[in-house]
Amino acid sequence: MLDKIGIAKRIAKEVKDGYYVNLGIGIPTLVANYIPEGVNVTLQSENGMLGMGPFPFDGEEDADLINAGKQTITEVPGTAYFDSALSFGMIRAGKVDLTILGAMEVSENGDIANWKIPGKMVKGMGGAMDLVAAAQNIIVAMQHVNKAGESKLLPSCTLPLTGVKCVKKIVTELAVLEVVPGEGFVLLESAPGVTVEDIRKATAGKLVVKGDVPEMVID
Amino acid sequence: MNKVVKNADDAIKDLTDNLVIMLGGFGLCGIPENCITALVKKGSKGLTCISNNAGVDDFGIGLMLKTRQVKKMISSYVGENAEFERQLLSGELEVDLIPQGTLATRCMAAAYGMPAVWLRAGVGTEVAIGKEVRNFNGVDHLLEYAFDADFALVKAWKGDTHGNLIFRKTTRNFNMQMAMAGKITVAEVEELVPAGDLDPDQIHVPGIYVQRIFQGSNYEKRIEQRTVRKS
Repeated sequence: MLDKIGIAKRIAKEVKDGYYVNLGIGIPTLVANYIPEGVNVTLQSENGMLGMGPFPFDGEEDADLINAGKQTITEVPGTAYFDSALSFGMIRAGKVDLTILGAMEVSENGDIANWKIPGKMVKGMGGAMDLVAAAQNIIVAMQHVNKAGESKLLPSCTLPLTGVKCVKKIVTELAVLEVVPGEGFVLLESAPGVTVEDIRKATAGKLVVKGDVPEMVID
Repeated sequence: MNKVVKNADDAIKDLTDNLVIMLGGFGLCGIPENCITALVKKGSKGLTCISNNAGVDDFGIGLMLKTRQVKKMISSYVGENAEFERQLLSGELEVDLIPQGTLATRCMAAAYGMPAVWLRAGVGTEVAIGKEVRNFNGVDHLLEYAFDADFALVKAWKGDTHGNLIFRKTTRNFNMQMAMAGKITVAEVEELVPAGDLDPDQIHVPGIYVQRIFQGSNYEKRIEQRTVRKS
């Protein structure tokens, strides 16, 4: 079973040289720390920046320079700033190669719910609906089951949707899965020490196992 | 062509009750601090506020929530504010949550004189309820209308007496399109200079969109999430 860093490390392998990548809040943010040497990516922050750098050193924070999680960050050589309309314009136009975000639920046809729990949480969707509606390549980073022990990979989502038929891949502490509409959650890899049976038990939606399932390789 | 007003109080003197206003900024980054302070002092009520976020309890739009000046918020993300949540759950405050890109693009539509735009964010979700749908190239889109705001209150880094504006780093966010989208745009700037002192090639918002401009003061520039790395 993987911890959050393990999930981030596995997703980092999906990031290819030359990609423009948008990282959501939480585990996705950690992915930036594990991108392999020699793979050069440009991080997009939807509040209006391409070329997002690491956190500043203590005392060098700039209130005018934050990411979409409202954290203080830095520039890198080649950084560009722009306004919110242009930021979502480039997202909508399909210029961002990979979007990595968290989720509360994913359905077996690729629907995602991650913005609202009726009666409990009403913070808003931020940029998530725009990102999932536009991105060609969406990877969800999340725990396989919620805190109550219930599967987050479902036949259909129970929470209000963020987007429909958009998730391509899911990486959890147990597995890497591909979402194939009409088939279900196709199991690509299992985490070290995790059996197919463990994954089946934790997956409420249809799990598709084709032949031997390789174990994830995490550095 | 001199658009300079004395201060924030002067700039919003006719911002009366029940108007629709835009407020620039993302989180607390690049918010029009002086205008918000002046608006709290003036006490205009029943306002509809178009702003990506709603500030925090004791800063930004949070200050206007505390004084019950806001009737409705149109935002994409409103966490980080306990008073906001209380007013929402008790029904004192109306809230229209819309996708962030849709929010930005509805500002842009107003800025560019377009009555509406087709956007795909929210298709198949509760955001789509009641909206006209049209399919382009196999993808459903929602008809989203340009905002119609009485005032836009924005913050820029530098501005000149003609109203030309330049923003700094990620403060451009919603400020730029909102500056161009208000019927009356009020810009507060950290540095106000005579026309001619800004490089014309570097201007983000041309002054034609800005009706009033003033030199702001006492900027707090509060940081919401101070994150640092070890040296």
